[in-house]
Amino acid sequence: MLDFPRWKVTSILVAIFVLIAFAIPSFVPESRTAGLPHWLPQPRINLGLDLAGGSYLLLEADTNELVTSRIEKMRDEVATEMKRGTAPIDIGDISTRDGKISFLLRDVTKVDAARERLQTLTNGAGLTGQRDWDIAVIDSSRFVVSPTDAGINQAVNQAMDDATDVVRRRIDELGTREPTIIRQGKTRIVVQVPGLQNPQALKELLGKTAKLEFKLVDQTADPAQMLKGIAPLGSQILPYPGNPAGLPVIAVKRSVMISGDQLTDARQGYDPTSNAPDVSIKFNSQGGRKFAQVTQANVNKPFAIIVDNSVISAPNINEPILGGSASISGSFTVDSANQLAIALRSGKLPITLKVIAESTVSPELGKDSIHAGILASAIAAIAVIVFMFVTYGRFGVYANLAVIINVFVILAVMAMLNATLTLPGIAGFVLTIGTAVDANVLINERIREERRRGRNVTQAVELGYKEASRTIFEANVTHAISGLIMLMMGSGPVKGFAVVLLIGICTSVFTAVVFTRMMIAIWLRKARPADINI
Amino acid sequence: MRLLKLVPDNTNIGFVRLRFWAFGLTAFLTVLAIGLVFARGLNMGVDFVGGVMIEEKFTSPPPLDKLRTVVDALGVGDASLQQLGDANSVSIRLPAPQSTDDAATNKLVKQVEVGIAKQFPGAVSTHYDTVSGKVSGELVRNGILAVVLAVLGIGLFAIFRFEWQFGVSTVVAIMHDVLMTLGFFALFREYLEFDLNIVAAVLTIIGYSINDKIVIDDRIRENMRRYRKMDMREIIDLSVNETLPRTVMTSLTILLALVALILFGGHVLRGFTAAMILGIFVGTYSSIYVSSSLLITLGLRPEPEVEEKSKSRAERVRAKDLP
Repeated sequence: MLDFPRWKVTSILVAIFVLIAFAIPSFVPESRTAGLPHWLPQPRINLGLDLAGGSYLLLEADTNELVTSRIEKMRDEVATEMKRGTAPIDIGDISTRDGKISFLLRDVTKVDAARERLQTLTNGAGLTGQRDWDIAVIDSSRFVVSPTDAGINQAVNQAMDDATDVVRRRIDELGTREPTIIRQGKTRIVVQVPGLQNPQALKELLGKTAKLEFKLVDQTADPAQMLKGIAPLGSQILPYPGNPAGLPVIAVKRSVMISGDQLTDARQGYDPTSNAPDVSIKFNSQGGRKFAQVTQANVNKPFAIIVDNSVISAPNINEPILGGSASISGSFTVDSANQLAIALRSGKLPITLKVIAESTVSPELGKDSIHAGILASAIAAIAVIVFMFVTYGRFGVYANLAVIINVFVILAVMAMLNATLTLPGIAGFVLTIGTAVDANVLINERIREERRRGRNVTQAVELGYKEASRTIFEANVTHAISGLIMLMMGSGPVKGFAVVLLIGICTSVFTAVVFTRMMIAIWLRKARPADINI
Repeated sequence: MRLLKLVPDNTNIGFVRLRFWAFGLTAFLTVLAIGLVFARGLNMGVDFVGGVMIEEKFTSPPPLDKLRTVVDALGVGDASLQQLGDANSVSIRLPAPQSTDDAATNKLVKQVEVGIAKQFPGAVSTHYDTVSGKVSGELVRNGILAVVLAVLGIGLFAIFRFEWQFGVSTVVAIMHDVLMTLGFFALFREYLEFDLNIVAAVLTIIGYSINDKIVIDDRIRENMRRYRKMDMREIIDLSVNETLPRTVMTSLTILLALVALILFGGHVLRGFTAAMILGIFVGTYSSIYVSSSLLITLGLRPEPEVEEKSKSRAERVRAKDLP
């Protein structure tokens, strides 16, 4: 063990230097490294929100709503599909009770034809081999179309992916620095925005689904019935908070004239006549054509502009709108108009998100925490270094060197993995300083023991490393088990701690065992001591 | 230079002889800890019970009574106040607002901040957490699951690498450590909050406590091979004494680091560090008195057959560890 060939020494030293070099960018302010050439790797450790200050939001999607709207959409599709073509299939009212679509076939002989048409509306659900809808016939004439679990999962998954994108776009619009938006589990999104102090605006922005629809107003509805929530056939009652007529609700046709999916732009602007804030929108060419069509066909009729199932305004179509752009006016303030514009621009959220946990740390507290963490680490390091030196002399110095290198190596690995340093992570550092020397304590105590048993210096050192290595291995594995569990089960702060702990376990084997053994081997070969002071 | 030796050479303390006393004391303390947890309960953080936690920083240490009157007058629900390690900082815990509006918590925080600033000029909120009941339930479940998984995983590892007696004694000792930590937090519930960070501390304590036990177990196994005729009691005494310098050294270095952390590391980490310091003492104690002594009760003895098995295993490990 004591013959360390030159190549081994060189490669260990090179590895250490390279790793320390990787740790350096994290200590240099960003403004300094910005001028360096791009090909130079500049890994950097991210600071967690508890150190940098900022807001953390945990959003959860309401999947029930998605399931319901999916069924309603399917109902419309079923209705259209049955009416389609030269030989429409006559069916009774479609019910959507109990999360299932069911309807009665008027002509029993058309069961097969109806089934065939329904079949075209279903798709395979991902790689599950299942369809997304299940079609069943009861009593030879009643069709029941029910969503399958695989279909629902696929829809939720798709909606969550889209929602994550929309959330990212909306937060980018706020112009904050390096936000992190990650999907977590099946129905959650984690949002971290460093530097954000008051997340209220952000939450209001994320709370908007921004589903924009234009629907014709049903003027035949009776106000008394409307207040009771009863709409004429083919219409629905929607809230209309700013209704100039005084009624808080309005009846609109169920069918959508045009929806916000075909927008290319939305900006906050001002109404040229009243100078009140409004939102001007632009359709893409297809949407513009359709908008021109429907406005042409409905001149002199009022239509409702609906955002998130609430009517913003219900202007009259005075003339066909041909240019593909329009403006939405209502009782807006500049801020609320701007928020709606951002929400419309970033697209509709396919699913409603609710904040279920949040945390905000002020940058001052973060700064205090960093200072305290650095001070504690430095004092811990000095205390441990002094203690190791007075206990093991030269062998303690080697162990101390190993500990110092280890701190840099951990930083380097964290920077390369783009890991985040949190306050508990700093605690992980301090603990690693304390425990990394455990390997050296084990080795050095073993060497002491072997010396007492009368072995010569080389034998004692050799045995010390050999016997202690097994123990170190086993101790580190158990340690790693608890670290891994923290990483898997823990959230936020616990994870930050586990990352440092796990990296520290791996790197300390290298520094505390391999590196110190090399140092001792080199010294023993050069000095050839007859006795060692340990 | 004369080097420091904390444990004199050839120390021979009869640990095993004292084991019945130790078992009695351990059992008493464990029952006491469980009793404390049930009688006093833990001071659960918002992570685990849900609600809103607002940390306010004042320009000078505020009188808590006056602060309580101010917060109560805001009509924001049943508040609980706690002075943090830094005397200028106070944590205020409130029930979550009833409103389903997402921005309701921000309004609540603002309301409290403004209300307090009126009476205590210069006070600002430096940090706040809101956790809904749903999330807190999951965090509790995950926390418990994490601790159980860690204990099981490490117990299995010990059984796989050593004999089953080692696995059982290790698991018993860890459960002792965890219960003692819980008891400690119940005893000092006025000062220490039990939150997610403490779960991390408990898992770390488990890790260290195991570390200690593995080192001693490893030595016991080695001595079982070396002294085939020796009585198990003597082997354990010998092994614990032989590893004592290391146990003391390592515990002391970690304690040094932890003391630095608790004194200078800021109030956010105080609970975590307090738990760890306790854990070092408890873990070291349980290594010597619970897990090692339990091996005798569990009937571990150096049988030739067992010896062969462990030897071949050890050889395999050695071949792997040392290229």
